[in-house]
Amino acid sequence: MSAAPPAKATQPVDAEPERSGPRRLLDWWLTFLRHHRPALVGFILSSLILLIAGLGPLVLEHAPDAVFGRFEPTGGEHLLGTDSQGYDVWSRIVYGGRVTLWIALSSMLLSLTLGTIAGAAAGYLGGWVDLLVMRGVDFAMSFPSFLLAMVTIAILGAKLENVVLAVGLVGAPIFARQVRAEVLRVKTNEYVTAARALGFGNARILLRHVLPNCFAPIVVLGTLTMGSAILDVAGLNFLGLGGDPYTTPEWGLILKQGWEKRPYGNLQVTAAGLAIFLTVLGFNLLGDGLKDELDPRTRRR
Amino acid sequence: MLAYLARRLALSGVLLLGVVLAVFLLHHALPMDPAAALLGKNYSAEKAHELRESRGLNDPLPVQFARYLGELSRGDLGTSHVSNVPVTEELKAALPATIELGLTALLLAILLGVGLGILTSLRPRTWWDVSGLTLALVGVSLPIFWLGFLAVAVFGDNGTLESRGQALLASSGGGPGIYALAALGGAFLVSPFLVFGRKTFPALARPLGAITLLVVGGLLGAGALHFAFGFRGLPLGGRFDASVWPLNTFVAETPGATGFLLYDTLFVARDSEAFAHVCSHLLLPALVLSSVPTAIIARITRAAMGEVLVQDYIRTAKAKGLTGARVILKHALRNASIPIVTTIGTQLGYLLGGAVLTETIFQWPGMGRYVVDAILASDIKPLQASVLIVAVAFVLINLAVDMSYAWLDPRVGEGRQ
Repeated sequence: MSAAPPAKATQPVDAEPERSGPRRLLDWWLTFLRHHRPALVGFILSSLILLIAGLGPLVLEHAPDAVFGRFEPTGGEHLLGTDSQGYDVWSRIVYGGRVTLWIALSSMLLSLTLGTIAGAAAGYLGGWVDLLVMRGVDFAMSFPSFLLAMVTIAILGAKLENVVLAVGLVGAPIFARQVRAEVLRVKTNEYVTAARALGFGNARILLRHVLPNCFAPIVVLGTLTMGSAILDVAGLNFLGLGGDPYTTPEWGLILKQGWEKRPYGNLQVTAAGLAIFLTVLGFNLLGDGLKDELDPRTRRR
Repeated sequence: MLAYLARRLALSGVLLLGVVLAVFLLHHALPMDPAAALLGKNYSAEKAHELRESRGLNDPLPVQFARYLGELSRGDLGTSHVSNVPVTEELKAALPATIELGLTALLLAILLGVGLGILTSLRPRTWWDVSGLTLALVGVSLPIFWLGFLAVAVFGDNGTLESRGQALLASSGGGPGIYALAALGGAFLVSPFLVFGRKTFPALARPLGAITLLVVGGLLGAGALHFAFGFRGLPLGGRFDASVWPLNTFVAETPGATGFLLYDTLFVARDSEAFAHVCSHLLLPALVLSSVPTAIIARITRAAMGEVLVQDYIRTAKAKGLTGARVILKHALRNASIPIVTTIGTQLGYLLGGAVLTETIFQWPGMGRYVVDAILASDIKPLQASVLIVAVAFVLINLAVDMSYAWLDPRVGEGRQ
């Protein structure tokens, strides 16, 4: 916030990476992080957590399903003690990071894919496709999203895989709306008209000329959606609308299990909650920074 | 203008019809068999078929939909086959609980969020602004069920927790933390004087004066709390303690009681002690629930005010000699209000439907808990009814927000048909 705007702010940052080369993208990224301190904090935070979740299990002392004594104290053999089932809490939190991040990432990618397809079709084709998609989006948005996710779980059944579907489906309309707006904006550019004059087909124009230029806002929304997806996934699991708290190590489930066994599970709740909070904070900081940098509406400020 | 309102109204009507249809279809999408649930142990294929036949579950869908509409128009939402109580009866308790909690949280969120947003927008890029923004970012990143847990651990009256680990919890902060919160709240409430009161009280511009003001505010906040609740932490769980105030029987037996306990205790029972009792149960869940809306409203307010405050007419208004408060509240805030009102509307919808996690932590018998319990118990009618009510409320709130644009900005709806 206190940092000066990057010197390269006037460059078209949403240019196609293929044409400009990965080197330029890296340069841009480093400049962005150097000039945007909150984003740097977010980047470090989220990559640190991704690293721990990704590589942590390789160096962990205990397997997440190895059983020890119940409620063993912290320190010594168990960094955060053991839980009501005798599992090592620290191991479960590290493995839980894998599970939670994987579920959140899959559901975000599901939202992104569905939303981009629907939004791009609506924006590019217009007409009745646009009408149909946008009425569908309006309709989906006339339910509070968390309620809609819960109802989806009710229809599909409380399983971890269904959490992906529920959170992913509920997030799609936001992507659809954003992508449609972007496509409508990009569509009016002259290079699109030129491509059409050259006789290119709709699919080629959309995929090669329009969508790559909608890349930036999709990345911003994807980063911010990661944060809310983690919260939704953990929330659904906390309510018992996800996996089984006694087998799956997932942050919301660890928290639920600790909460049910309070006050003995207090440390477990604190640790799992802190993990969720720091991860979401990391993605939000990064997403906000990217938004300031890439969003055409805020870029001028 | 009228055309704009009419169009909005028609759109909402279509949306409502769609909501009703979707909720009706939910009955068939759910993997719950009402016949199996009703028959229980006596289940057999013939009996199930008979039951479906007698309840019309084998009729064509349009016939069933027409019947569903008929039931709705009579105010019949079906019966829970877990408790065997009509859903309308259960909603009479759950709905006021959620509305009371949600509106209190929204009120807190508007006061804190708009206040924080204005204050940060007035001094952009200062430590004041940065800490406000950070607070807002933390607010949207906190898992609300974890915040609830922390609030319970720090501010709750953990002496009432019937568990062997009382001492453990009490050692983690116990009651005194609530005074810190009240002191912060008090300091926050007086902080606008730092900005608006400068001209009248020049001492406030000096650090010593500012600190004195904040300390006085903090003491006032903590003192007010001490006066209200005494030394113990806040009670946990539920809307009231039935052993102290049997308010459920009071609501059931008193004509004129609404189920909104704040209203009932203050205006029907006219009992200030009962009112304080209800407040003490409401405060912590409402504060926790308000965290996300506060943060979102603060961010939107800051952004909207930031855009308005640099406009020429604000400078003109200041040059005219109008006081700071008048310029900010009348000239700037009104013109920044459209995104703020939209956000408040969205957040109200979120509070009605999304309070599940807070309600779970605080054992609040509201709509969110009702939905989750219905899902976990495979209870179709309560689920249908509560989804319907929340969605209808959501649509109506959005309609109200759209309508308010026309009042806030008379240009709305004039350019386009």
